[in-house]
Amino acid sequence: MSGEIDINLNVNGRNHAVRVEPRRTLVDTLREQCGLTGTNAGCEHGVCGACTVLLDGEPVRACLMFAVQAQGRRLRTIEGLAEGDKLHPLQQAFIDHHGLQCGFCTPGFLMLAAGVLERRPDINDDDLREVLSSNLCRCTGYKNILKAVRAAADQMRGAKT
Amino acid sequence: MKPGQFTYHAPRSADEAVAMLAALSPQEGRVIAGGQSLVPAMALRLAMPAHLVDISGVAELARLAVEGDELVIGAAVTHSRFETSAVAGPLGRLLAGVARHIGHYPIRTRGTFCGSIANADPASEWCVVAACLGATMVARSARGTRRVAAADFFQGMLATALASDELLIEVRLPRLAAAARWGFYEFSRRPGDFAVAMALATYQLADGVIAAPRIAVGGVEDRPRRIAAAEAAIVGASPSAALLQAAADAAARAVAPIDEKAETVNYKRDVTRAAVRRALAAAAIAEDQRA
Repeated sequence: MSGEIDINLNVNGRNHAVRVEPRRTLVDTLREQCGLTGTNAGCEHGVCGACTVLLDGEPVRACLMFAVQAQGRRLRTIEGLAEGDKLHPLQQAFIDHHGLQCGFCTPGFLMLAAGVLERRPDINDDDLREVLSSNLCRCTGYKNILKAVRAAADQMRGAKT
Repeated sequence: MKPGQFTYHAPRSADEAVAMLAALSPQEGRVIAGGQSLVPAMALRLAMPAHLVDISGVAELARLAVEGDELVIGAAVTHSRFETSAVAGPLGRLLAGVARHIGHYPIRTRGTFCGSIANADPASEWCVVAACLGATMVARSARGTRRVAAADFFQGMLATALASDELLIEVRLPRLAAAARWGFYEFSRRPGDFAVAMALATYQLADGVIAAPRIAVGGVEDRPRRIAAAEAAIVGASPSAALLQAAADAAARAVAPIDEKAETVNYKRDVTRAAVRRALAAAAIAEDQRA
């Protein structure tokens, strides 16, 4: 069907029953049907990474998949990162280390970093730099983002032991 | 930046996917696997398929396994599966070494090996691997299953031997000998960008001389291919800096760069020379002595 179809999306542990055209991208669906506008739509063709979300724990570009493809998968977006009023260590570290200025790329960077650190808490610096080069930041620059992610990684490792 | 309308189909099995393609390919139907090249093309309206057959959820196509002397890579196997060694021995390490040059991490979690092969972008790393190692592509349609050798498969920029009703169901890579040497070098302006040029080289050392060399170049011509003149320059000789330079020079002379990007033909030849020399230099260092 190229008309609208009913799908269920599991976002941050909550079910969202939405009606979408198959051509509706995941990022547009999150923002406009689910009302989760924390995920930003930037370039809309996979270059900038502003729309990065976690799909079954792995970072993906939400502009490069269709919402219909996310049925039956677990999605996490920036809205699911903090626990109530308690910021995720990555969010606090971005504040502490001035990892953002305009903030447009920030949700994407946070989800990218969260996905990577959960899988590879001991990621080395070279690999971390390579991973962070996935997303574009055009005002803060990468130094403070790298600093913030490193600091959060240290803290997250410490919290586990 | 919004894709055009299409009808979505989610087959549960390879057979169902092939049956759908038989019915839908005459109506502008096509396969989507990871979609990391197709969806951007749809966003830009360069591609406007009327039907998409989504194979990413077909479990049997996510198979990555060794059969005899081959690594069998199913149509839904993502790039990220190769980042840690997918198979024991030098082939697994070669694939891991190449995989990290493909796009960026969030692209590799979705994009597929077979999708890259079927898309046949001249700058695709996996296409160079397939051409270099002599992969076998297995195409299935309602008409039957056939095997196509890499040398016959790539037919030009974004053009392959696949018919529109055929699904590239798996790619089979020959395993490398335990003592095989390999080296890969890619030049792009920024990490994750399309390659300006890249080279993959493998060979074995028998009594100190080079045997069974394979040298392939990608990103330069309209399709990746082995460069016979470069292989001929090193076979039967002992590795030396001068020898590697001779092979690199031979490759630079042999290629016919496409000039559709900003780079000039001469620049592409220069980068080809450097890529081949550096791939060979990497291969010359035994794996256990690499940093």
